[in-house]
Amino acid sequence: MATFLGINLFGLFGQLLVGLINGSFYALLSLGLAIIFGLLKIINFAQGAMYMLGAFAAWMALNYFGINYWAALIVVPLVVGFAGVVIERFLLRPIAGEDHLYSLLLTFGIALVLQGLFTQIYGASGQPYSIPDELKGGTKLPFMYLPDYRAWIIVASVLVCGLTWFMIEKTRLGAYLRAGTENPAILQAFGINVPLIVTLTFGFGVGLAGFAGVMAAPVYSVSPDMGSNMLIVVFAIVVIGGMGSIGGAILTGLGMGIIEGLTKYFYPEASTTVIFAVMVIVLLMKPAGLFGKEA
Amino acid sequence: MKSINKTLLSVGIAAAMSVSAAQAAGISDDKVKIGVLADMGGVYADICGEGCVTAVQMAVEDFGGTVLGKPIEIVSADDQNKPDVGSSIVRKWIDNEQVDTVTGLVASSVTGAVAKVLTDSKKIALISTSASHAFTTKACSPYNVQWTYNVVALANGTVKPMVGAGKWRWFFITADYAFGHALESVATEVVNSSGGEVLGAVRAPLGTTDFSSYVLQAQSSGADVIALANAGTDFTNSLKTAAEFGLTQTADVAGLLVFTSNAQALDPEIAGGMKLTTGFYWDMDEQTREWSKRFKERHGSIPAMGQAGAYSMTMHYLKAVEAAGTDDSDTVIRKMKEMKPDDFFARNATLRNDGRMVHDMYQVRIKKADERANPDDIFAIENVIPGEEAFGPMLAECDFK
Repeated sequence: MATFLGINLFGLFGQLLVGLINGSFYALLSLGLAIIFGLLKIINFAQGAMYMLGAFAAWMALNYFGINYWAALIVVPLVVGFAGVVIERFLLRPIAGEDHLYSLLLTFGIALVLQGLFTQIYGASGQPYSIPDELKGGTKLPFMYLPDYRAWIIVASVLVCGLTWFMIEKTRLGAYLRAGTENPAILQAFGINVPLIVTLTFGFGVGLAGFAGVMAAPVYSVSPDMGSNMLIVVFAIVVIGGMGSIGGAILTGLGMGIIEGLTKYFYPEASTTVIFAVMVIVLLMKPAGLFGKEA
Repeated sequence: MKSINKTLLSVGIAAAMSVSAAQAAGISDDKVKIGVLADMGGVYADICGEGCVTAVQMAVEDFGGTVLGKPIEIVSADDQNKPDVGSSIVRKWIDNEQVDTVTGLVASSVTGAVAKVLTDSKKIALISTSASHAFTTKACSPYNVQWTYNVVALANGTVKPMVGAGKWRWFFITADYAFGHALESVATEVVNSSGGEVLGAVRAPLGTTDFSSYVLQAQSSGADVIALANAGTDFTNSLKTAAEFGLTQTADVAGLLVFTSNAQALDPEIAGGMKLTTGFYWDMDEQTREWSKRFKERHGSIPAMGQAGAYSMTMHYLKAVEAAGTDDSDTVIRKMKEMKPDDFFARNATLRNDGRMVHDMYQVRIKKADERANPDDIFAIENVIPGEEAFGPMLAECDFK
């Protein structure tokens, strides 16, 4: 077996790849959060609950309506996104002018209510959801066995993240979005329906969490607390990347996945802490985050 | 002959005196009050949350609602899996609410804190679901009673037969907290003493979502058996990942603590065939089915082992109160240890002086999809493990007479 400085290189490659897979997952989750904060200045603590909702919606779609995984990948983000639209229109808009803390507390409350509701109805143990037949099995690499589904996570995540980044940074619609956050009054004067843009952006950001939920359902336990476990890590990633920086969230997500993967290899006990240690260091050196603009 | 008669007479008198003394003590506060402390909304809610309350209610109702002519009351609370929350609730129960005994008791960390409070106030801890064996070994107390299972029984029940069948080399994926460490160390002892070898262990923090890194490490260790020394969602997540990375094809994966609800949360294709140890299974015989059916009608799901245990131990406690003629803890606990527990749950059972209830344990196999008649049909019982084999001997310092 190839070794370098006493480290098993094959083992290390495996860990790097696994870290990259997790990182692409983190990127997907932090993307929605970064969009909602960057464009709407809402700190959405319900993002984890929306991710959980996405996974449960996929499970319900399969068990109650016979909708398979591939259809769920399209339908569930729309449904979860719609839930986001409803939340924005009827709960967040009335407090839009208030301090950021209000929306933070409101979304935190929504998250707790949803989590409690699902625990009450479906119990804490979780529900089974299988990997679709097309993606069962895997490929034998020289250094590890790569399950097809994990490879698919990388592909899907890169695709969705890339498209989203392109749409916001490079298209006319994206320009409207960014303009709306800079100065809504002027944009409105140009005849653009700004409140509608805000609602749809929130719905889109939340829909991304729903998409991540469907992606997670076959590999992680579909349980009510899956979102709250993930949310704090994802928040740390968004903070490291620079609150609101979309490209930053994607790159940081990938990077943190790799750092976490290496920690799991060398000192697993610290794997849940390492991201926060990085966050502290980054905040001390660069308070706006790695890719954030200094205020 | 004369001397024998004399002895019998004096025993009789002594017995009569002790009965009358006990009856004089009677029932404190004109009621027997049972506290049920459990995780009502967290990760262990399905294992012993509301279900434990339901089970205790059933026991009280089946007992007739009164003991020695006094009413039996139940009070319940959520410990949120936090030792400080649990112990302050129990302190309040004892000081202000005349609670006589506390049952439920899930997370070992909470139970450790609560059992101390109870011992200080000379109240009995009826531990239904906690896994740690500390309560009857290094943290033993004359007031601790542990009913359903413990880590020693799990290790003896699952690990020993596997090593015996030629699975020599072991690797552990362990939950990084007290329970996981205890389970790993007890299982390691069993592996070593049975002639096997532990190649390594990796400690995954509680609530880890992605186990792929740990699974890769387990895979590269070349072990025959990957033992999952974790519970709940950690267990389901780690097993799912092990199956995904093909680990289940190249090695045996052993779940050391699996509750029925965890097994139900897994795809039968992944979990089917796995062997594990449990203290109770609802579909064992007519008696267990009869009780479990009543439980399911009220609670909505089949009973987890700790919930059945909570019923059984509450029943035994109430019988002991009746037989002792008092709810005084010292008298009741002596009575509980004298009387043999015997019901649908406790088979070939004795309550030892260290508070360990020793009873038949079961080695079961998770059924494959085509073997399951309905969603509740999960385990097939392969072996009955006699209590003495499962639980190991009593420590001399814990022999509370």
